[in-house]
Amino acid sequence: MVAAAFFYLFAGVCIASAFMVIAGRNPVTSVLFLILTFFNAAGLFILIGAEFLAMMLVVVYVGAVAVLFLFVVMMIDVDFAELRAGFLQYLPVGALVGIVFLIELVLVVGTLFVDPAVLHTAAAAAATDAPRAGVTNTEAIGLVLYTDYLFAFQTAGFVLLVAMIGAIVLTLRHKPNVKRQDIAAQVARSHETSVELKNVPSRAGV
Amino acid sequence: MTSVTLPALGSVLPELLLAVGSLVLLLIGAVRGNRASGTVNVLALVLIALAAVAVAVQGPEKVVALNDAFIVDGFARFWKILALVGSGVAIVLSREFFVREGLDKFEFPVLVLLSTLGMLLMISANSLLTLYVGLELQSLAIYVIAAFDRDNPRSTEAGLKYFLLGALSSGMLLYGSSLVYGLTGSVNFPAIAAAVQGEQGVLFIFGLVFIIAGLAFKISAVPFHMWTPDVYEGAPTPVTAFLAAAPKMAAMALIVRVLVGVFPGIVEQWQQIIVFVAIASMAIGSFAAIGQRSIKRLMAYSSIGHMGYALVGLAAGTEQGVQSVLIYMAIYLATTLGTFAGILALRNGNVYVDRIEDLAGLSRTQPALAFFFAMLFFSLAGIPPWAGFFGKFYVFSAAIDAGLYALSIIGVLLSVVGAFYYLRIVKIIYFDEAKAPYEAMTPTLKLVLGVSSVVVLLFWVLPAPLVGSAVAAAKSLF
Repeated sequence: MVAAAFFYLFAGVCIASAFMVIAGRNPVTSVLFLILTFFNAAGLFILIGAEFLAMMLVVVYVGAVAVLFLFVVMMIDVDFAELRAGFLQYLPVGALVGIVFLIELVLVVGTLFVDPAVLHTAAAAAATDAPRAGVTNTEAIGLVLYTDYLFAFQTAGFVLLVAMIGAIVLTLRHKPNVKRQDIAAQVARSHETSVELKNVPSRAGV
Repeated sequence: MTSVTLPALGSVLPELLLAVGSLVLLLIGAVRGNRASGTVNVLALVLIALAAVAVAVQGPEKVVALNDAFIVDGFARFWKILALVGSGVAIVLSREFFVREGLDKFEFPVLVLLSTLGMLLMISANSLLTLYVGLELQSLAIYVIAAFDRDNPRSTEAGLKYFLLGALSSGMLLYGSSLVYGLTGSVNFPAIAAAVQGEQGVLFIFGLVFIIAGLAFKISAVPFHMWTPDVYEGAPTPVTAFLAAAPKMAAMALIVRVLVGVFPGIVEQWQQIIVFVAIASMAIGSFAAIGQRSIKRLMAYSSIGHMGYALVGLAAGTEQGVQSVLIYMAIYLATTLGTFAGILALRNGNVYVDRIEDLAGLSRTQPALAFFFAMLFFSLAGIPPWAGFFGKFYVFSAAIDAGLYALSIIGVLLSVVGAFYYLRIVKIIYFDEAKAPYEAMTPTLKLVLGVSSVVVLLFWVLPAPLVGSAVAAAKSLF
């Protein structure tokens, strides 16, 4: 009963704040509503006993991604009011597409028939991989992440590497005439190469 | 919980070669800077050749490795060779272009290698997880190289457009995967195949449609083709050549494996989707290409159409159908790479020409280039005795044997429409007034163009090697 109440609280706030993300006028409040959405989604995860995912959502998405968004939004000089100027004229088309999708979804859900036996066998199939009782979320993920799913894990690493190479290739510019510190050159300097002695005759002027 | 044993690594040797090799090349490039670009290009080609050898020496038996996430069978080996050929030729074609355009960076071959690694993983995917990470690795590298000419607004637009739409398609694919996982309780293909027998509920079909949508985006099948003309036109030409060849092989392999290998129990249910996608792709590919003035856009619509023809074979859902898809895609690969080598040869001073009318009178100024171009366009149009005709012949006869008469008739009629614009180019090349002459072709372009023209022209003399290996490859899926 209490769990159900919390579920509706989290789910309701989650949807409402997700709507506010796209409805808000000021991008900063949009990002703040996004953070609220993440927190409520984390609450939902806790309700189903996935505390590791809940904490990851808060740490990674709120702590890193959303804060980065906030920095970007506050730093770049984009006139969001101008960007939004044409927003309303697309609204009817967007609403039409949305309504079509909604009708389709209602049709699908209306005729939805999932044989309970299917879900049962699916749950049973998934349960064969389930960890023993008393194993925490974190431990359970740790048990399989570097063993059963080593391959997918490593490949995900390559995906991130490509993202890094891509960011460098597309944005790094070597500017000429930029002074850089070259330690080897500094160390290699000797008295002869760096000091020039001039014999200035006295009283001759420069 | 299992531990990875050394024998399991033998089956992923080609992938390991590419993975470790690309890291080494990245280091070489990082240490030596863009001076190393030439070396990195050559080494990348060597790596691709080594990977192809490693694929070729793998036995014909089916090996499942890495906790069922990865499968090596005859089917996978066939596609891997095609994908490696596509990537290798793209690297060969790219070097001169990038040097001339002042874009000669060592990252290009490295990104092509990483993308190829993703393709091999897609081809060998035996679970939804492998499918997704492979696809993402492949696509992400291509988003970057599509925007490689970063000071050119068209190129960056191409990269951004491809990235945004690609991210959307990944989302659809993941959504579908999560539904399928939820309803079957497993991400591994064999377990899913075992769970999916007979009539399935609406929700499952819903998930399947999303998976097909995500994959259809990658082969640019209608209605997920919108990005293709803009990306093909905006990306640097060697990147377009790469984009039109190798990733198509991997995505088509994945579609065939997912539909035929994993969902054989519900052929009737996915068949109607594929029939629709095939007809729509053939129609858009034929009609939309007629009004194009840019060769690269024309090739984009051409590739959309060709994916439609290949899907006709898949719609049959039979072993013969899969064979025909394999043969069709192999011929498509050879023809496309040759055509892009020809397009790269159209250089006038420092400008790479992209208008169709600029081809006028090519037969008088560059008879050899004109001849090869004509060969390749005859093949693309599907006129006997060029290879393209046999590709279409196998595909349509598989569809007819499977009882898809309406689909075959529509396909043949649409290929007549398509023949119109291919032949129009041949007419422009041979009968229109000559324009300014082009520069002489470089040896590498001559080689690629010559080899692919000879392949499409003489395929009918010796079809046995390709057809035989396609038959063996298709057999391993059933």
